[in-house]
Amino acid sequence: MPVKTKRSGVKLRLDTLTPQDYEKLSKPFVPARPVFKNCVRAFFSGGLICVIGQGIQEAFMAIFGMTSKEAASPTVAVMILISVILTSFGVYDKMAQWAGAGTAVPVTGFANSMCSAALEHRAEGLVLGVGGNMFKLAGSVIVFGAVAAFVIGIIYAFLGLGGGH
Amino acid sequence: MIYLWAFLIGGAICVIGQLMFDVLALTPAHTMSTLVVAGAIADAFGLYDPLVKFAGAGASIPITSFGNSLVHGALTELEQEGWIGVVTGMFSLTSAGISSAIVFSFLAALVVRPKG
Repeated sequence: MPVKTKRSGVKLRLDTLTPQDYEKLSKPFVPARPVFKNCVRAFFSGGLICVIGQGIQEAFMAIFGMTSKEAASPTVAVMILISVILTSFGVYDKMAQWAGAGTAVPVTGFANSMCSAALEHRAEGLVLGVGGNMFKLAGSVIVFGAVAAFVIGIIYAFLGLGGGH
Repeated sequence: MIYLWAFLIGGAICVIGQLMFDVLALTPAHTMSTLVVAGAIADAFGLYDPLVKFAGAGASIPITSFGNSLVHGALTELEQEGWIGVVTGMFSLTSAGISSAIVFSFLAALVVRPKG
C-alpha cells in the first residue's frame, strides 16, 4: 500500500519498492554477522554430534560384534531417529538457532529438514502436505548427490577403472 | 583417540558449512548440496575413505559422507555388475539413511500435533 511521509512531502510508495531499494534502505540497520562466534559454536556442536555418533557406532561394534563398516548404517539410522524425536518436540530447532551449521551439516540436520517439513505441512494432508513437501530441502541434496555420483560412475566406467574401491 | 579426531574433523566440516552460510551467504540448500558434491568428488579421488578410517564418525556423520556413499555404492556395483551398476548401486549404501529418515519423519507427522 502507498505510504506518504509527511515530513519531506515525498510520497514513498512502499508497494513499488524493489528488492534492491529495500536492501539499500535496510543495510545500515542489519547487524554484521558474528562469523567467528558462529564458527566456534558450529565447531563445538558439530564436533559433539560426531562424538555421539562415534559412541553409538562403538556400542554397535561392541554389543553386536560388527565391523565399523557394518555398524555405519545402524548408527546413521539411530542418529536419524534421535533427530526426528528431538525435532518433534521442537528441541532440535532451538538447538539449531544456537549452533547454526553445527546441527545442519551432520546427517541429523538432513533428518531435521525432512521431519520439520513433514510436520509443517501436515495440515495440508498426508499426500499433498507430508508426502509432497518432505523433500523440500533434502531433495536438492539427493538430486545433486545422485547426479554427481552418476557422472563420476560414468567417468570411471569410460576410463575402465572398474571401481577399485 | 578416535573420539578426539571425530570431534575435531566433524567440527571442522561444520565450520566449513558455517563459513559458506556466513561469508558466501549461501542458502542452507546450496550449502548442503555443495558439501554433498564435495564428498562425492573426494571419494572419486579415493580421499574420503582414509578420512573415515582416521576420524570415524567425524567423517561419516556429516552430510559429505552422503556424497561419498553414493559414489561408493555406484563404483562398487560398477565393478561387479558392469555399466548398469552405476544406477543400481548408487543408493545401496545410503539406503539406511534415506529410508529411516522418510519412515521416521512420516510417523512423526502422524503422531505429533503441529504447534502454531
